[in-house]
Amino acid sequence: MQLDFISGLFVFMLATFIGLDVIRRVSRLLHTPLMSLTNAISAIAIVGAIIITGEQHTTLSTVLGAVAVFASTTNIVSGFLITDRMLKMFKKREPAK
Amino acid sequence: MTVEQLTQLIYLVSAGAFILSLKWMSDPSTARRGVFAGVGAMVLAVAGTLLYPHIVAYHWILIAMVAGTLVGVPLSWVPLTAVPQRTALSHAFGGLAAGLVGTAKYYTWLDEGQLTTFRMAAIGTEVLLGYLTCTGSLMAAGKLQEVLPTRPLTYRNQNLINLGLLAVAIVIAIVLVFRPATPFLFPIVIVLSLLFGVLLVLPIGGADMPTVISLLNAYAGLSAVAMGFVLENKLLITAGALDGSSGLILSIIMCRAMNRSFVNVLFGAFGQVQAASGVVEQRTAKSATPEDVMHLLENANTVVFIPGYGMAVAQAQHRVRDLRDELTKRGVNVKFAIHPVAGRMPGHMNVLLAEAEIPYESLVEMDDINPEMPQVDVAVVIGANDVVNPAARTDPKSPIYGMPIIDADKAKTVIAIKRSMNPGFAGIENELYFADNTLMLFGDAKVVIGEVVKEFSGKQSIH
Repeated sequence: MQLDFISGLFVFMLATFIGLDVIRRVSRLLHTPLMSLTNAISAIAIVGAIIITGEQHTTLSTVLGAVAVFASTTNIVSGFLITDRMLKMFKKREPAK
Repeated sequence: MTVEQLTQLIYLVSAGAFILSLKWMSDPSTARRGVFAGVGAMVLAVAGTLLYPHIVAYHWILIAMVAGTLVGVPLSWVPLTAVPQRTALSHAFGGLAAGLVGTAKYYTWLDEGQLTTFRMAAIGTEVLLGYLTCTGSLMAAGKLQEVLPTRPLTYRNQNLINLGLLAVAIVIAIVLVFRPATPFLFPIVIVLSLLFGVLLVLPIGGADMPTVISLLNAYAGLSAVAMGFVLENKLLITAGALDGSSGLILSIIMCRAMNRSFVNVLFGAFGQVQAASGVVEQRTAKSATPEDVMHLLENANTVVFIPGYGMAVAQAQHRVRDLRDELTKRGVNVKFAIHPVAGRMPGHMNVLLAEAEIPYESLVEMDDINPEMPQVDVAVVIGANDVVNPAARTDPKSPIYGMPIIDADKAKTVIAIKRSMNPGFAGIENELYFADNTLMLFGDAKVVIGEVVKEFSGKQSIH
């Protein structure tokens, strides 16, 4: 589906405003997990990497794409897992003994 | 409905789930739901992409995904003190992925003769941001892991050379936009971006790592946005913008917490040895024994712990928790005052204390604890230094003047646990240690806090 430059800018602007507003509300307690989570989210680059790899246009593009898929998958997997691992540690009160 | 429309629909749902995922991070009680929403969004995005009609072969995608999972799983097991390094490494991977996709697209479209001005501009931005994020983050990870020297590495005319290099890279990229079919210029842009990333982080000292990590986070997000423009993909633009704005907000918070500007962090080479600022007087600090500290704490009503990265280095957080338990058992009100830049990345200290099972309700932000400090009986400073240095309030000549600090000196008694009298990370003398109401408890934080705890439990068995 074609996307013209201006529509792209529209999406970018609106998403940035939503992002700024949502992130501003994140508790400071959770800034480290937030960064691991956004790490995983920015690995959305995998979408582009998959297309490049799957098209098999040239050997070069396939290789570059596969490396990009590898790098993004690493980010997705480790980002989500470590975020959840950290969040599990946050307890409101004393654990019941 | 065509397959392409279905993909777009899936992308729409995925983008919504990403926004919800971040929204749920606002509170610790809903945060884990946020992770699940994020995972769901990512699975949808990948599934939607795999439906894409142009994909002719799946084996390389599958192999790369399996390999990435095999590397990613162990990377999530790192100790929490090493989370900043892992995060920096992950920014590097993100930047690399963006750079590589941009490179692949350039050569593909060059072959097909479809390199329009718009596409070239998007590729140029993506490649510049992607590769500089990659090497810059690797440098940051190296400094955090202390494989590379953490002090700023400087040379003459550094800023001039760095900016010059960036300017050359941008000019070449612009030339490419108007003459896309000059393929020999493209690798030059790649090399210059890689080099600029290295040079950008080289002069930044360890104390500024929280800001640098946040800034690189924003760059990684923006490179995903640029990729979205290259591939004409709205989901990439949305998710990248969310990541970019997160990095931006965290950078601003970090800069404010240190009373410094972006420009100053990037070009100021902070953390250089501030050579002989003021006369070095021989002054004596009062020192205390673990027993003294036990008595002081026992008779207090309110105790505030002020942890710094030194606590994590000494692996003392579990002993601190034991001490907290002893005090809470005796009815002492215990709080933890967290400075925004305590630790090596935003929020790092909270995670380290949460790991030691300290409930997050007793973790208090700097701005909330400061008004209470004059009523606090004992402030215990553990491995923190610059964030409690009163020179930030009083000495206009001090390099940290103006930086918001936790007013430990206003507590009735201050106990500072420290290995020796050496100045901290930024190499600045700390007046707090010589104040009349300060007692120094010298030694390794884990060991001495253990001794204080022992004093408490020993006392219990006598009675």
